[in-house]
Amino acid sequence: MFRYYLRLGVLSIKANPALSALMVAAIGVGIGACMTIVTIHYIMSGNPIPEKSDQLHHVRVDSWDPNEAYDEPNEPPEQLTYLDATALYEAGRATRQVISFRSSRVVEPAGEDTKPFQRDTRATTTEFFAMFNVPFRYGAAWDRSADAGNERVVVINESLNEQLFGGQDSVGKMLTLTGESYRIVGVLDYWAPVPMFYDLNNNEYGDPASIFLPFSVAIAGEHDSSGNTNCWKPIPDGGIEAFRNSECVWIQMWAELNSEAERQSYLQFLDAYVEQQKMVGRFPRPLNNRIDDVAAWMDYNEVVDEDVGVLLGLAILFLVVCLLNTIGLLLAKVMRRAKDMSLRRALGASKAALFAQNIVEASIIGLAGGLLGVLMTWLGLRGIENLFSTFEFITKLVQMDWVMIIAAVVLAILSALAAAIYPTWRACNVTPATQLRIQ
Amino acid sequence: MLQMNNVSKTYRTDTVETHALREFSLTVAEGEFVSVTGPSGSGKTTFLNIAGLLEDLTGGTYELDGRDISKLNDNQRSKVRNEKIGFIFQSFNLIPELNIFDNVDVPLRYRGFKAAERKKRIEDSLEMVGLASRLEHMPAQLSGGQQQRVAIARALAGEPRFLLADEPTGNLDTNMADSVLDLLAEINSTGTTIIMVTHEMTLATRARRNIFVRDGSVSDGPRNSHLAAVAS
Repeated sequence: MFRYYLRLGVLSIKANPALSALMVAAIGVGIGACMTIVTIHYIMSGNPIPEKSDQLHHVRVDSWDPNEAYDEPNEPPEQLTYLDATALYEAGRATRQVISFRSSRVVEPAGEDTKPFQRDTRATTTEFFAMFNVPFRYGAAWDRSADAGNERVVVINESLNEQLFGGQDSVGKMLTLTGESYRIVGVLDYWAPVPMFYDLNNNEYGDPASIFLPFSVAIAGEHDSSGNTNCWKPIPDGGIEAFRNSECVWIQMWAELNSEAERQSYLQFLDAYVEQQKMVGRFPRPLNNRIDDVAAWMDYNEVVDEDVGVLLGLAILFLVVCLLNTIGLLLAKVMRRAKDMSLRRALGASKAALFAQNIVEASIIGLAGGLLGVLMTWLGLRGIENLFSTFEFITKLVQMDWVMIIAAVVLAILSALAAAIYPTWRACNVTPATQLRIQ
Repeated sequence: MLQMNNVSKTYRTDTVETHALREFSLTVAEGEFVSVTGPSGSGKTTFLNIAGLLEDLTGGTYELDGRDISKLNDNQRSKVRNEKIGFIFQSFNLIPELNIFDNVDVPLRYRGFKAAERKKRIEDSLEMVGLASRLEHMPAQLSGGQQQRVAIARALAGEPRFLLADEPTGNLDTNMADSVLDLLAEINSTGTTIIMVTHEMTLATRARRNIFVRDGSVSDGPRNSHLAAVAS
């Protein structure tokens, strides 16, 4: 019977083209407005590393001012001091641990034709790549000996490799960064997690660094941090060494912990570390250490702007208004077809059969509305992209993937079905005798 | 067999209560051709709607082939309508978007027949009403008489035991009306029970038995004198 109902639905739509077009338009516009905002919300709140987001934990220890919390109500600082980051890293108590900070270097191409240019770098430790599932096109990460031995090696991203080497395998080639020569050991495949969860302190919708180099090399080379640095005490005189020994926080740390037992054990380790530091006069605040998985860390950093939530609510309300209009239009259509429904009842159609027939027709309208909604969503996203074109990150937020396209169509069909329930119920409950009695 | 005992039907609004049928009792045996006549508003169409399970009765009992209709749920009533009853309406009630083949197909779809079985029944019933060559025509392309024949074919396609006709010739001229009545007589001769509501006494004489309805009840008095007058 489904094919029969499908055919009847198409015939009915053809018989009432204006009403049907209005319904498709109402659903399409509602879905378009709603899905435009939903898409942005979806990208902003998406899980950037679903396969292990519950295993990766951002590490915080409360080394802050005893008189005032880093952030209300009682949040520890988001980054670590150099002293704490290196000590916790060297302790190696997690399955994997990574410390890193953001910096920049001047890339000096070998030929004379290309001018030097500046690129973001990330000074980190070798397990960064394995921990965050970073894909490689050529080569691999540097090994632990490079971390320990201050080897000047780098991993570059595919964009820089394309720019400098035309996309060829550049592993083993040399790259000059701010006057120093580095050997390329790996070239990344395309990798741009949204949001850039591993560094939410420095532009969560920015691009990952173009160049990754060993943390130890950056420290030895006195690379300045270009990320956020926060201090609660004045930095004592004494240059870079004094800064590194200060209570300024500027290094991010992540630990991979694969079970609740590992998490508890790691927290105990952090507490023990802080207790030990208290004995040498540091960590004046009460114990307040945190490990947050990716979702919790994104939530804490309010990756999804509150305004987007408000917009989402308004968009859903708009969809509801469109659906109310659709209900009205469907009712009008049902009233027109009351005689047809009555006749079918007289000829043996049960209420369930009529219900199915009307629901299939509503689904066709919903499908058409959904396809229109996808187009409207695409137009909406392009509109937002043009409106906020001065923000580089906006292109990342206005991408429609298959999930959202399918979601738009499914939402449209479900919306149409929801809108059809009352009119269909009315259609099924017409009194056949009244409609068929034309004397 | 169709058997109604003391059936009543009351329509109620906030302020008005209308008794369409009162203590209506009637038995129609298998294979009868019964006409139901009476003045406008007498309740004859209400009787037909209740007989066709299109309306519920307010009181009394109604048995169709021995089954108490009031005890059936919606699905069961739909099934009885589909399998045992065929309807012919005054205004034909063909679906304008569907061609003749598909119009006749409607009750067969709800019956759940396979495509081949449906096709055979549609062609046979249209053959019987003389419209086998018009399968692809749309209703609007046919005359009133032809449309009523399609409606009869639709009613016959499911091979019902009862054919309920409500003023089947009301929208037809005399010649067409005669041919439709000839067709009904032919159908009745094959064993199908026909109950025909009409307000025209001349048409009622074509039936083997006439029921006169007045004020919602079966009435004996005027029926015979009316028919006698018409017959003479």
